[in-house]
Amino acid sequence: MMKTLSAKFERFGGVMLLPVILALIALVLIGRPSTWVTLTVAGLAMGMMIFLMASGLSLIFGLMDVLNFGHSAFVSFGAFIAASVLAWFGVWVSGGNAILNIAALMAAIAAATAFGALAGWAFEHVIVKPVYKDHLRQILITMGALIVADELILMIWGGAPIPVPRPAVLTGSIVIGDVSIEIYRIFAFALGLCVYIAMHFALNRTRIGLLIRAGVENREMVEALGFRIDRLFIAVFMAGSALAAMGGAMWAGYQSLITTAIGAEMMILVFIVVIIGGLGSVEGSLLGAILVGLMANYVAFLFPKMSLASNMILMMAILLWRPFGLKPAVKG
Amino acid sequence: MSNAATLPGTVPAAANRHLAGRFIVYAAVLAIGLALAFAPFLFPDVRAQEVAARICVFIVLVASYDLLIGYTGIVSFAHTMFFGLGAYGAAIALKAMGPGFDAILFGGALGIVATVILAALIGLLSLRVKAIFFAMVTLAAASVMMVLASQLSAITGGEDGMTFTIPRLFSPAQALVTGEDGKALRLFGVALNGRVAHYYFVFIISLILFLIMLRIVASPLGTVLEAIRENEMRAEAIGYRVVAYRTAIFCIAAVIAACAGILRAVWLKYTGPDVVLSFDIMLDILLMVVIGGMGTMWGAVIGVAIMTLAQYYLKDVMAAGTAATADIPFLPDLLNPDRWLLWLGLVFILLVYFFPAGIAGTLMGKGGHK
Amino acid sequence: MRDMILRLDDVHTDIAQYHILHGVSLDVPEGGVHVLLGRNGAGKTTTLRTIMGLWRARKGAIVFRHHDITALSTPDIARLGVAFVPENMGIFGGLTVEENMRLAATGGRFDDTRLQRIFALFPAMEKFWRNQAHALSGGQKQMLAISRAIIEKRDLILIDEPTKGLAPAIIRAMIDAFREIAKETTILLVEQNFYFARALGETVAVIDDGRIVHRGTMKALAEDEALQNQFLSLSMEAN
Repeated sequence: MMKTLSAKFERFGGVMLLPVILALIALVLIGRPSTWVTLTVAGLAMGMMIFLMASGLSLIFGLMDVLNFGHSAFVSFGAFIAASVLAWFGVWVSGGNAILNIAALMAAIAAATAFGALAGWAFEHVIVKPVYKDHLRQILITMGALIVADELILMIWGGAPIPVPRPAVLTGSIVIGDVSIEIYRIFAFALGLCVYIAMHFALNRTRIGLLIRAGVENREMVEALGFRIDRLFIAVFMAGSALAAMGGAMWAGYQSLITTAIGAEMMILVFIVVIIGGLGSVEGSLLGAILVGLMANYVAFLFPKMSLASNMILMMAILLWRPFGLKPAVKG
Repeated sequence: MSNAATLPGTVPAAANRHLAGRFIVYAAVLAIGLALAFAPFLFPDVRAQEVAARICVFIVLVASYDLLIGYTGIVSFAHTMFFGLGAYGAAIALKAMGPGFDAILFGGALGIVATVILAALIGLLSLRVKAIFFAMVTLAAASVMMVLASQLSAITGGEDGMTFTIPRLFSPAQALVTGEDGKALRLFGVALNGRVAHYYFVFIISLILFLIMLRIVASPLGTVLEAIRENEMRAEAIGYRVVAYRTAIFCIAAVIAACAGILRAVWLKYTGPDVVLSFDIMLDILLMVVIGGMGTMWGAVIGVAIMTLAQYYLKDVMAAGTAATADIPFLPDLLNPDRWLLWLGLVFILLVYFFPAGIAGTLMGKGGHK
Repeated sequence: MRDMILRLDDVHTDIAQYHILHGVSLDVPEGGVHVLLGRNGAGKTTTLRTIMGLWRARKGAIVFRHHDITALSTPDIARLGVAFVPENMGIFGGLTVEENMRLAATGGRFDDTRLQRIFALFPAMEKFWRNQAHALSGGQKQMLAISRAIIEKRDLILIDEPTKGLAPAIIRAMIDAFREIAKETTILLVEQNFYFARALGETVAVIDDGRIVHRGTMKALAEDEALQNQFLSLSMEAN
């Protein structure tokens, strides 16, 4: 009986079904469809933002075998830089001119992403490269880097919470029937989806993407085919860090008020997503992120105090079922 | 590694260097041990007592962490969780049952039982997976514990923690030995009262726990653990059930951490997320174990002593520095004692990079990884 | 006197604290199939991996044509014209057969003549062209690994135990394929299977405990039973 059940499961999409199942269970528990829609949209938006933060970490570990416990520093910096850029643009952001709004927003996201890429480059050279093969020292040294980064943020921006001005065109909600959906959430979801599609295209239709996918499976063999894959590492590391910063920027807009705790808050969720999704896999990160986003929002409504614990339980349950995560990169 | 040929009657240069190193380490540990043993008489002011008691408790905590990271090669971020379980166990019992040793024992025992159960669960579930997953799982678990502690505020006192009274024996008003004038007898100018008893309660139990750990690493269990750390596949091939051993040491280390927690609660007469559960504590543990040296029990002693002294007294130096450089741009900001963590982080990075074996490890020629 | 395409001179390799190769010296003539025989743990794979730069030789020299490749990085060695077919085949399971091949083709473009030749040798490659490689059978995976090594002309192909775990029928098919391939390149074949080695090999070296204990022609070894008994101990298949 278990066999036919799992065969049916696979035929309908396998693990991709999990978010759907979760959403259906939540619908039953929540009762009111309008609330459910709002929560689901919130969950999907949050999921997409976490996906941005987590996918880089997952790929970096899959390809380079590098554990970056300082990854959330990029998220933090992304958030604060975006906040500063948006504040600098002043009336472009708060005014009614949609074009100026978008321009300011794009500038903020671009600034955060560019910083992520540059900081990623520096980080890889100074912090990661010296401890390439040693996991233990990697964990330790990247944690040290995280401490330093957080302190630098404190020094530059001070300890008080920073407000994040939201571009006027993205404020408010659209109302369909008795369902209200925040516009920002739609934007966040759309942006995340575009990034995912771009990543999917890059990985599956370009030569570099081919190299990355092969390298995640078997780095040695790629070298034996004549490719200097370590040059690719730095590019992937920069991309992963840039994505994390972008995620941080988006999250800042979501929160409207940010503190230095933002990195730590997100770090736990990012790790849970990477574990659930499986290392080295962009699809896995997306799946894990959506699950975590939905879970966090549904549980926050149903059992408010259990939000973080629920994701922890989800992670343990999935680890018991699939010790390598839901969609890890295939290994030979 | 091939052994260099040695002439009879000479000692190879490397071993010679390490002989001197070992001597320095043992001397340092002895000095620290003696200072701690006679702390109430050597450093009678209240702040120094606090520093000494903190060093005792953290030596136990850090050494138990070294059992995991240094001897067995397990990276865990859940250590503060067990520290907290012991502390909260004792604290809740003391608050509910009143100040008495029965409360300490009962609450402590409960905390330890909870520790064993949780440690076994986490161990068995997660030690089957890759090391990186395990580290992340422990991180997630510790976060959940922190959130639980703040949210179950009826029992735990929430974010602000809980204060409670401890047995009368430890109160300064309680004289241990009365002199002719009816007040506490003075030895070297220090009154032999409950405060002294309070300190020695912490010191003696810490000493016992430390000796137990020394015994563990010297035992066959210790040898097996090191074999597992060096080459897991080989250990498995020889016949050791690696998961069982890892879970066992994870539980043992957790229990010792819980005991340290009990001591901390009894010393502070207070417990709360900020003193037992926060990530700052976990960071402190990591720093101390790295500074002192992983894989050597003595490293824990040295690392804890150095860092605790630095934390308490270096900040004063930094504050002075800020005042002195007030006119120069940037410098006062960097020297501000609030930026303590920044320097710590930088030092930590440099240490991991240049001296992965820590002080004791580098001096004694062991520790660190290939 | 034929040119030596590959020379190993007193090569020592360590893995962690284990001293595996104790001064391996080997000459591989240009052209044809040359065999390195040895039982499990003798150091065959270590020798190939050291040549390929995946493990660094602690001592000694490795010369490919006139290049000293002892300390060269793996990608650079591959670019000089050396292909490697490892023991676990090294194919990328999540990639399709086509994608696996594309990685091995210069600039990602196929030489059509060579591709057709591969399809003639291994029809399964054409059949499963768009399938993910992990779905292939063991024998087909091995064929893919070899196809990858010959899609471009290489001067030297290092192959590690290609017949491991394969059915006798497939092994016989491989013999023909290898003979065809050897016409245009040099193959250094590492094997435990003496039958396979004997059918293909021109020269043979036997390695035991990290040392070369015999060198000579395959013909000589095949005819000398006493020699075979001396070097081919119980754990080698002599079927």
